[in-house]
Amino acid sequence: MDKKAIEEHNLTLDEYKRIVELIGREPNITELGIFSLMWSEHCSYKSSKIHLKKFPVKGKNVIQGPGENAGVVDIGDGLLAVFKIESHNHPSFIEPFQGAATGVGGILRDIFTMGARPIALLDSLRFGPLSNPKNKAIMDGVVSGIAAYGNSVGVPTVGGEIYFNECYSLNPLVNVCCVGIGRKNKLFRARAEGVGNPVLYVGSKTGRDGIHGATMASAEFGEDSEKKRPNVQVGDPFKEKLLLEACLEVMDKDLIVGIQDMGAAGITCSTAEMAAKSRMGIEIELDRVPQREESMTPYEIMLSESQERMLLVAKKDKVSKIQKIFAKWDLDAVVIGKVTKGNRLRVFSGGEKVVDLPLDAIVNLCPVYDRESRYPSYLEKSTQIELPLLPDDYNQVLLKLLSSPTIASKEWVFRQYDHMVQINTILLPGADASLLRIKKKRKALALTLDGNSLYTYLDPRRGGKIAVAEACRNLSCVGAYPIGATNCLNFGNPEKPEIMWQFKEVIEGISEACRIFKVPITGGNVSFYNETEGAPIYPTPVLGILGILEDYQKAVSPGFKKGAEIIILLGENKEELGASEYLKTIFHLEGGMPPEIDLNEEKRVQELCREAILKGLIVSAHDVSEGGLAVCLSECAFLSEEKIGFEINLEDELRPDALLFGESQSRIVVTCTEDSLKKIESIAEKKKVKMKILGKIGGKRIIIQYRKKKIVDLPLEMALECWEKTIPSIFKLS
Amino acid sequence: MKFGVVVFPGSNCDYDTLYVLKHVFNQKATFLWHKEHDLKKVDCVILPGGFSYGDYLRAGAIARFSPLMLEVQEFASRGGLVLGICNGFQVLQELGLLPGAMLRNKNLKFLCQYVYLRLENNHTPFTLKGRKGQVLKIPIAHFDGNFFAPPEVIQSIKKNEQITLRYCEPNGALSEEANVNGSLENIAGIVNEKGNVMGMMPHPERASESILGSEDGRIIFESIITWSERKR
Repeated sequence: MDKKAIEEHNLTLDEYKRIVELIGREPNITELGIFSLMWSEHCSYKSSKIHLKKFPVKGKNVIQGPGENAGVVDIGDGLLAVFKIESHNHPSFIEPFQGAATGVGGILRDIFTMGARPIALLDSLRFGPLSNPKNKAIMDGVVSGIAAYGNSVGVPTVGGEIYFNECYSLNPLVNVCCVGIGRKNKLFRARAEGVGNPVLYVGSKTGRDGIHGATMASAEFGEDSEKKRPNVQVGDPFKEKLLLEACLEVMDKDLIVGIQDMGAAGITCSTAEMAAKSRMGIEIELDRVPQREESMTPYEIMLSESQERMLLVAKKDKVSKIQKIFAKWDLDAVVIGKVTKGNRLRVFSGGEKVVDLPLDAIVNLCPVYDRESRYPSYLEKSTQIELPLLPDDYNQVLLKLLSSPTIASKEWVFRQYDHMVQINTILLPGADASLLRIKKKRKALALTLDGNSLYTYLDPRRGGKIAVAEACRNLSCVGAYPIGATNCLNFGNPEKPEIMWQFKEVIEGISEACRIFKVPITGGNVSFYNETEGAPIYPTPVLGILGILEDYQKAVSPGFKKGAEIIILLGENKEELGASEYLKTIFHLEGGMPPEIDLNEEKRVQELCREAILKGLIVSAHDVSEGGLAVCLSECAFLSEEKIGFEINLEDELRPDALLFGESQSRIVVTCTEDSLKKIESIAEKKKVKMKILGKIGGKRIIIQYRKKKIVDLPLEMALECWEKTIPSIFKLS
Repeated sequence: MKFGVVVFPGSNCDYDTLYVLKHVFNQKATFLWHKEHDLKKVDCVILPGGFSYGDYLRAGAIARFSPLMLEVQEFASRGGLVLGICNGFQVLQELGLLPGAMLRNKNLKFLCQYVYLRLENNHTPFTLKGRKGQVLKIPIAHFDGNFFAPPEVIQSIKKNEQITLRYCEPNGALSEEANVNGSLENIAGIVNEKGNVMGMMPHPERASESILGSEDGRIIFESIITWSERKR
């Protein structure tokens, strides 16, 4: 094989040599294509594998940890929650609409592949500043793509988060998370067991789209990224909906042995992984694969990433029953091969054997790298900053923060998503966590995504801890306790030592926090090479944490409510301005040390919040995050049904800007009645958590006093308008 | 009484509607598969929301050719109750059972949000439990809900009092701002001339349980149930 072909397949010469050694000969071009996919970073996790082992993965609720299509936790009553997050960053930059849409399609298949009906989607999105028309177009495309796919399939998009930063200008992030509910005795895995069992191809026909998608996602982009548009797949949510219904119907009837979706790396990955996991072999005939284009080569068929396809291994005598169900839904279900003895992948085309490879080599023997890591040179300078002088006008600062796209209302986005279909959505998007009732039960599932990349940029380990802590805090604010986590790790090029250092540190931070919160990692996804023209994104871990609220009637939302007047802060204010949205928005300063976090203290604050919610003592709760206390309180006012204002007084001996806008961790703003106050205080004492009364809700103004002197005094209406209108006005039809 | 909920490929509010009928209103309810010719002796047919045939070509344009639609047309002509919700409304328009057509929302975006609706006519089987002028809070979720019809059609549906629901402010006032999708005459729901077929863009099944934020959609189902009981 010539060097150029090897390079074009994104393999190193050493890797190629290893392939030749493993298979005992030179691979043909189709086989090389197979290796290029299966040994790509995206499929093999070759740079991350040894580090991911540090994650705590065991827990009493965990039914399935990392290594399957999705993680599974037991939620009681014979039910399972199946959930996972995945990135679709690279395709979304090249072709935002289809990139994001197929990201949704992929994660949905990961969930229903396991026998669970998807009940909710959440997205974590990162874009460059909207002042740049290119970023605006990317965001518009991504949001439309998510909406087009999720809405059509009928899975509500119930929440998520969106941040804006220059580092995402040429590298937007689209991380999509899905949760589904399955039954305990109906969990399916990617297995190809039983010699002679037929292998069925179901779903859409195969075309030339998406060839080399996984390889594309495993390299940096240069100036020619536009040329990669044909590598992006095209989604058909209608087909997906049919596939979902047909697969769930087949699974309900005990007709199959195993199932896997054809996502990245298509037929190659699904056949190879299923057989390898079961220590079996597999044989397929490409002439039988339904094709939508003429004269496709074996190479193209094996590498296509056409969407909405699945591979089933059927029980021997059940093929016609399966085909009948798929026919009902107007879908192809074709036997393309069988399970064999002997651990090899054999592919035939036109009567000839075109692939004959040992499965171990493809799936398990990809080289694993412990890549060099080095403390990044930027850190010393970035973390040491001189704090600016105090601002003159805190009213203006608050209004400016509320108008910063990262903080501003995202209603323009989430009203494009059907967030109510399936009638389980208890809290509308914009609450601290999404909350979904489980029909005919008292329980609700809570889910949230979190990850502040400026924190992880400035201190990867601490940022990792905070991502876990804040996600758990979000759950606690609605009354739910965490039971499992999934994560998407978005980084630059792992071959650069400074990136690798960030990666290792983030994993240490996440692991430590997960251990303390007793939240096992059940799966996730690593997305490296988020660099365009040599500029990496900030390290961006996104944590998706799933929780349970035992009685959904007890759910609490962030908005102030009439009748519960007292505003309390759980936790403590500190003088911390580093890495804040305040410094970034007002002073264009992205630096300093992110806020400190004491995980044990954090845990106690959360326990206090949950206990008080379950005892019905507090009626609203909202965690203090980007923009600090002033923004948090303003949001509580904006999200109240009657738009209730507030007046508080702060006495802490801290810089007033740190008090108002600092992002110190482990803080929650709650409201309660006079009667409940004593009871909350006694729980706080028991938990050794500091709390203080800030003031009262009421009126139509935002009033903040600093040692009895008004430093913020604004009409609520004016602040609300800044918060609500920022994003719609950017996207207004001209 | 017995409800039938039609399932087209791509329907996605079929389960929601069935759940609400069975578990909120304790009614008999069954799915009706679009490829069959059997209405299973139901008293009311509901065409649910969703994206039948992916909304490809035009919302509702392909679903109207489903075999079961022959039976639905015949059922409606005999005075049977037919309710189309969201995509179901669009299908009924394509079938010619209801007038008008849906254009893309005026802001050219999908819209999922609560809206306020003014009940315009409580002399139909679908609205008799409400008061004329009553304001309901029910969510919408659609891309194409911008009601359009030629002037003579608008005139005739007004004259015949076929408009049942209009987008309005929380206090019931009609305004352009409350008319989120740009519908002519703020139309959110209409009935046919005989009054036994109704289409509405808002989703009453999403507003039938307090835990989900509103119970105002109950009026629609309760009206149908009451009407059927009276008839008996």
